[in-house]
Amino acid sequence: MEDPRGNMEHQPPPSLWPIGFAVGIVCLLVGLIVSWVAAAVGAAIAAVFGFLWARDVVAASRRERPAVPVETDGAPPSARPLPADEGPPAMPEAEPAERFPRSVFLEASTLGLGALIGAIVTLPVLGFAVLPAFLKQGHKDVDLGPIENFPEGQYVVATFVSDAKQGYISRRSAFIRNNGMADGKPSFTCISNRCVHLGCPVQPGGPVFDSKKKEVSSSGHGPVELIPALPAAGFICPCHGGAYDQEGNRIAGPPVRALNRFEFLIKDGHLILAGMYSVSSVSGTGATARIHKYQLAGPGQHIDGPEAWLYPVQPPH
Amino acid sequence: MASKSDRRQHLERAATYPIDWLEERSGLIGGLRYFLFRKVPGDTNWFHTLGSATLTAFLVQLATGVILAMYYKPDPNSAHASIEHITHDVTLGWLVRGMHKWGASVFIILLFLHMGRVFLFGAYKYPRELNWIVGVLLLATALFEGLTGYLLPWDQTSYWATVVAININGTAPFVGPFLASLLRGGAEIGPDTLARFYSLHMLLVPGALIGLITLHLYLVVRLGVTSPPWSDEAAGEGPPEPTKPARAGLVRPRARTAVRGRPTE
Repeated sequence: MEDPRGNMEHQPPPSLWPIGFAVGIVCLLVGLIVSWVAAAVGAAIAAVFGFLWARDVVAASRRERPAVPVETDGAPPSARPLPADEGPPAMPEAEPAERFPRSVFLEASTLGLGALIGAIVTLPVLGFAVLPAFLKQGHKDVDLGPIENFPEGQYVVATFVSDAKQGYISRRSAFIRNNGMADGKPSFTCISNRCVHLGCPVQPGGPVFDSKKKEVSSSGHGPVELIPALPAAGFICPCHGGAYDQEGNRIAGPPVRALNRFEFLIKDGHLILAGMYSVSSVSGTGATARIHKYQLAGPGQHIDGPEAWLYPVQPPH
Repeated sequence: MASKSDRRQHLERAATYPIDWLEERSGLIGGLRYFLFRKVPGDTNWFHTLGSATLTAFLVQLATGVILAMYYKPDPNSAHASIEHITHDVTLGWLVRGMHKWGASVFIILLFLHMGRVFLFGAYKYPRELNWIVGVLLLATALFEGLTGYLLPWDQTSYWATVVAININGTAPFVGPFLASLLRGGAEIGPDTLARFYSLHMLLVPGALIGLITLHLYLVVRLGVTSPPWSDEAAGEGPPEPTKPARAGLVRPRARTAVRGRPTE
């Protein structure tokens, strides 16, 4: 049985099942994007071929297990002389000596104390490395200035510093549209400019009137830039071609939902942006729009449908 | 004549004395010999140098990176300015930064070529499976090193590429959102993210790479060089056994222990 090259005995027998299995997986993955039927067919193919493959492997490993010869103390005289590295050892290994309770105690206490000291040193350091990423998160309200700066029915690109302590690195943009009054209250559409595919800044699909730029000083947050825009074609992401309509609904490209929005409130006649939330879709427009609102999720994460089951818990935003 | 040869002997003894002194106390020379000298089949070719080429590229990254760290400032307000300073003001800064920047691509490309060589030569087979696994871990760690390094120039390209990369991590099922927060050091990219990536890039990930490379080399030294598929020559550890046909590829550990452990009757 020994192959002259000597390296065959650890290889499983050649088999075509893995190829079918791989085809099934590919079909399943493509189906996830294209259609559920294709995904189901792919899953079935993968399951069948995976089962056949597993059966082959199990059968092969059963076959390979050599029969263990019954060991006898004295070899029959007709048998060939055993090589020195086979057969029973000439000098049997010593029985493990009896261990004394004291040595067991010392060993256990050394290990235990070592582990305790290690934990005392390691855990705070690990916590310092990991916890700040999840604690003390949360938004700060941003004052965008008097609502008179937002003409009714027109989009304005507002650029602001969302956390004064962090400075320019926390600069964010939002598309703000004054929808006029709804039920006697001012209504605004406040869309975040971060693409919900992978977080690039989406741009208005239409002219941006840089010459009409307005700077508004805002309490504690530095100046806010307001630039009127006419996103006739909605919003478009330069990175991977995601496209949204004027309400932020996805109309093309890889994004999985509609653009995030800001909560807003009016205080002393100023428009204040509060926390963000995620939106699956918006039906209707402007003040009468019906917004399907969800807890804020990261870009690329589904918030509705079965894919949302993949993201059951969100870290604090 | 005799006196000259005496002096020569004297000189030789004086020259070898420090080496002997070191060897007697540390065994380093023997260790170095064990590490560097091993049986290599006669019909290897240039493809067998890809591993050492990758290692060399990594050492270049290590050396240039240490020097760049002397001038770089991992702070959002001065990071890009310090990169400009290195490139335009510091003597030979453009060269060292260029070596580090382009060397990063060379390192990754050589990694893949080395991996391809190992795959096509079947050098991942028994008993080297573990070394293949360590190599795959090395590949992933090296790619992570590339990801963390990409943010450091702190320009538009590196910022938005990192936003996209972190958000791709965020779409991993279940753990993705937490992974993304962990990478950013918070819910949003902020001042901490740059310092975090800098620390990962120059301390944690290189440390992991060095550890994995050590393990990788240990396994290479232990198991020896694979013969090419067309070779009839044995390779690997241990002396060839004259009574048995030469084994291409390797001499298995079982055979080696048999040679070493045979009692003298």
